[in-house]
Amino acid sequence: MDLSEINFAVLVASLIVASTPLVLAALGELIVEKSGVLNLGVEGMMIIGAVTGFIVGVETGSAYIGMMAAAMAGALLSLLFAFIILIMQANQVASGLALTIFGLGIAALMGHPYTGIKSPQISTISVPFISEIPVLGTMFFQHDLIVYLSLISVLVIWYFLNRMRTGLILRSVGEDHDVAHSLGYRVVTIRFLAITFGGAMAGVGGGYLSLVRVPQWTEGMTAGAGWIALALVVFSGWRPFRLLIGAYIFGGITILQLNLQAIGVNINIALLSMAPYLATILALVVISMSRFRGNRGAPGCLGRSFVKIT
Amino acid sequence: MFKLIPRENVSPVLSLLGPLFSVGLTMIVGGILFYFLGVDPFAAIKMIFWDPLMSETFSTYSIPQIFIKGAPLILIALGLSVGFKANVWNIGAEGQYIMGAIFGASFALSLYPLESIVIFPAMILIGVIGGCLWSMIPAFLKVKFQVNEILVSLMLVYVAEQILALASLGFLRNPDGAGFPGSRNLNQYTSASNAEIIAGTGIHLGVLLSLLMVIFFYVLLFRHSLGFKIKLLGNSPKASGFSGDNPNKLIFLCLTLSGSLAGLAGIMEVAGPAGQINIDFNVGYGFTAIIVAFLGRLNPIGIFFAGIVMALTYVGGELTQFMLNLPAAAIQVFQGMLLFFLLSFDLFVHYKIKLKGNK
Repeated sequence: MDLSEINFAVLVASLIVASTPLVLAALGELIVEKSGVLNLGVEGMMIIGAVTGFIVGVETGSAYIGMMAAAMAGALLSLLFAFIILIMQANQVASGLALTIFGLGIAALMGHPYTGIKSPQISTISVPFISEIPVLGTMFFQHDLIVYLSLISVLVIWYFLNRMRTGLILRSVGEDHDVAHSLGYRVVTIRFLAITFGGAMAGVGGGYLSLVRVPQWTEGMTAGAGWIALALVVFSGWRPFRLLIGAYIFGGITILQLNLQAIGVNINIALLSMAPYLATILALVVISMSRFRGNRGAPGCLGRSFVKIT
Repeated sequence: MFKLIPRENVSPVLSLLGPLFSVGLTMIVGGILFYFLGVDPFAAIKMIFWDPLMSETFSTYSIPQIFIKGAPLILIALGLSVGFKANVWNIGAEGQYIMGAIFGASFALSLYPLESIVIFPAMILIGVIGGCLWSMIPAFLKVKFQVNEILVSLMLVYVAEQILALASLGFLRNPDGAGFPGSRNLNQYTSASNAEIIAGTGIHLGVLLSLLMVIFFYVLLFRHSLGFKIKLLGNSPKASGFSGDNPNKLIFLCLTLSGSLAGLAGIMEVAGPAGQINIDFNVGYGFTAIIVAFLGRLNPIGIFFAGIVMALTYVGGELTQFMLNLPAAAIQVFQGMLLFFLLSFDLFVHYKIKLKGNK
């Protein structure tokens, strides 16, 4: 075993790439949950994004067009969920599970002819001047557009939720839909929009996974990433910046275990592969134990159906 | 626009109609899907829902197969349904199923080649304990630290899958297996084999147990006060507290039941139809059972029929895969769709719908 084979700067850079799908999907789910809806279908929307992004990316030769298609596919699938829970008043937990099962099936069906193909390259954009800084430049400023986009999204979503009137309305719908309704806000419309946004973000996250992170299509390739994104939202206490930190810690564990596998550390591969999932459980326990309870930020109406009885 | 009026009493006719309607609608939409996949929709639907039961060529093999595949689904779904009623969402039954199989098989294989009649019952018991222990992790974390059981139980599925890989490539690998992954075949170890009880059909003890469990759960839920307490916890946790029930105990109970039954299904499968622990041992019964639980309306009798229907789609799905070259994933799409229709139909069960204009 030779730990010096691991280049720290490259490690951090790959950590950021590994975390980006999680950041995107979890940010989307954050908005959905802030509107009072629990969508457990993140995994399904991510994998649909992954397969659609990959297919469109391969066919057009552009990873960015693929990524856009991934967003649309994720949003489209989330509309199905929105319809079932908002119009048909179905149980949100069960409908989310159905969305995941359905998404995994559809993705496997669509992706079958594309197994084993290479995806088009994505170009990285080096930020002028600062990317030349040794070590730090490699870590943070030589990434592709989507990575920068994910970081900007964190800022924008924080600003939206905490500084904008529309963000306040979204939060009020999530806190108490009956009060929001009596104040004249359109609960169902707002939730529809939130769910669609969440779907698009999960879709891009999935697309990033198949086009950049892996980059290949294999059946069931999300391997629980959607569920980890859900856990990250809880872990963050519904706060965008803590979500980003959580995702990077998580990405760090994943990258570290992959690197340890690569340099042939004397630990069984199966044990190393368990690490990300065990870390997620541990993180959830720690956050629930800690003084500022993880669920303090949980919206009041999370997971409850809204029925307009007037 | 429409207006929803809550029903005072849930209509029993409608709640029975829901599953039937959903299966019908799934056939239609599934048929359209098959058409786009370039497969004759009528042939495919007939092959999935009709041929396994009625065709002379397939039915002698298929009918027992439906029960064999239905048994784990029914066992797991029964356990899950209790939790779902109480709003305890164990969605990691797949992991508990794997752990049940690993625990039981490890015990039996550690005694190989010793022959004794106590091995089989002890192996089953240890399998049940294995599944139960795995579900105790989310139960403990939920009760002690209020950690969400959905996420923990699901994460543990991935951990269990890695343990399965570890077992089939490492500690349970067959020493006489020429280096191939996978354990010894339990069917060749008389004391541990879950042999068929009706010759030539493959029907094993697990099938019989799944039927007995349906009756047991029916009594538990409808003839015993525990059933009421569980329902109360789900519908109104506050009232449940006032009536003196300890919600933590009920959470433990729900996860004990679902974990144990998933473990039972796992050990029955590994000692019976599967025969050995291998990397591809689990095929998603734990997840499909969630659909079975809902399709059966969380009612034991309903779950029995739902398990049979779902097993039919598995057996029929294999037929279409074999005969029409339809991808295996098509059946998963089918199952997801079924759940969508079913959940949507609940609207009509719980609400009356009136047009707003004409009062």
